[in-house]
Amino acid sequence: MLEVQNLHVFYGGIHALQGLSLSVPEGKVVTLLGANGAGKTTSLRAIMGLVRPREGQISLNGVSLLGKKPYEVVRMGVSMAPEGRRIFPDLTVLENLLLGAYARTDTAGVARDLEFVFSLFPRLRERQNQRGGTLSGGEQQMLAVARALMAGPKLLLLDEPSLGLAPVLITEVYRAFQRLREEGRTILLVEQNARAALSLADYGYVLETGRLVAHGPTSELRESDLVRKAYLGI
Amino acid sequence: MATYLQQVLNGVTLGSLYALIAIGYTMVYGILRLINFAHGDVFMWAGYWVFFLVALFRLPWWIGALCAVVITALMGVTIERVAYRPLREAPRISLLITAIGVSFLLENLIIVLPWAGGRQKPYPTPALMTQIYTVGNVRIQGVTIWVPLIAAACLLGLIFLVYRTKVGRAMRAIATDIETTALMGADINRVISYTFLVGSALAAVGGILWGCRYPRLQWDLGIMPGWRAFTAAVIGGIGNIVGAMLGGFLLGLAEILIVAFLPGLSGFRDAFIFAILIFFLLFKPTGILGKPMKEKV
Repeated sequence: MLEVQNLHVFYGGIHALQGLSLSVPEGKVVTLLGANGAGKTTSLRAIMGLVRPREGQISLNGVSLLGKKPYEVVRMGVSMAPEGRRIFPDLTVLENLLLGAYARTDTAGVARDLEFVFSLFPRLRERQNQRGGTLSGGEQQMLAVARALMAGPKLLLLDEPSLGLAPVLITEVYRAFQRLREEGRTILLVEQNARAALSLADYGYVLETGRLVAHGPTSELRESDLVRKAYLGI
Repeated sequence: MATYLQQVLNGVTLGSLYALIAIGYTMVYGILRLINFAHGDVFMWAGYWVFFLVALFRLPWWIGALCAVVITALMGVTIERVAYRPLREAPRISLLITAIGVSFLLENLIIVLPWAGGRQKPYPTPALMTQIYTVGNVRIQGVTIWVPLIAAACLLGLIFLVYRTKVGRAMRAIATDIETTALMGADINRVISYTFLVGSALAAVGGILWGCRYPRLQWDLGIMPGWRAFTAAVIGGIGNIVGAMLGGFLLGLAEILIVAFLPGLSGFRDAFIFAILIFFLLFKPTGILGKPMKEKV
């Protein structure tokens, strides 16, 4: 579904992404692992049209995403739960969710997806009239994911959904991801938490300072020395 | 008693005019962190549009006024599109200087335009506004009834737009986080255009009603009301729409009541207003309803 080829991104003089290629097949969960500053978030920002790559190709089902503005990328079927959640603190939970569906005109579909995200994260239903800023960190993460799902995306991008969450909440959020996976959703998951990501995803890529250093089915990555030493701490 | 009521009505009238203008300052500041210096001049132009359409082209007053609102609102959108949008990523100071430039441009256009320049122009005021109503022993001029009523209707409409519609939701979202609003699938340029449209339309209503209250047109008539409305926006908490309304009414009332009951101080009217501005900027920069604002990166 998503094809990224030879992507180069510069920030000022820094070569943040040095020839990334990856693909996300329909119905699969793919993870992109790496330490801080490896270029994971940059990759997602390039896909969404938030940064302009110097070189390379990005396409969704054969249609190029290069040069598209973020709102156009969303309308083509890609949505993202950004790093740090970035929920709107002054808007209610429900308003946050409805903003996620901003580009949609199918009222019935929006209502169906609202029901779906409430079933996925029942706490959001309870707190739907509360201001986003009053939610706990874990609930804000759930809201960020639910808000991205409200766009009705073909491809869902998740940027560090476990960042700053207590282990019990990570389990809870990943249980919801597991359900999305079982439903056959296509997901590109960026994580520092390799253990959680590798237990969920079908396929993984490992980035180090802007370059791919390994990729393969997650069952193989879990066994590779590089991943075991650097990311699983074994 | 009658004088009190009369003066309070005058204060509410003036306050509702400040409130209409203050909305545009506060909405634009909330999104772009820009003090739109041209806003007071957009307000001034609305009065001139009524003059052009009603006095020169002989349109019926209400139709002329309605057209003036539409044209002025489009002026606001055009100013953003032409002067501010290309500088969206530029340092704030460039944007500020550009806004001052647009302000001078709008003022000087009036000075050089053949049908506008030269002497003061008489503003065409509809009879409804000059009519005198007598309630008991209180005589009330139409303008002190109709101006607050029309302003209140516009402000209620604005609250509905901002808090109950989809584009209003996007306007509130964009004021906290432009990038994430874009990730929601909203075309941010469009949302910003809507914001200028709404802010300028309200300033236009303000300008048209201002003319009914003070029926003389001159190139600089937007400057002082603009600064006072900006002060009102700061008092209410800049970026906060309800705050701008509150600040407008408070400032209008304060201004009229001080002049009415301490006539010896009436010469210090502007000094008094700007002392309030300085006081708030020094001791309560977030205003009455504002919250501490994070610097945008």
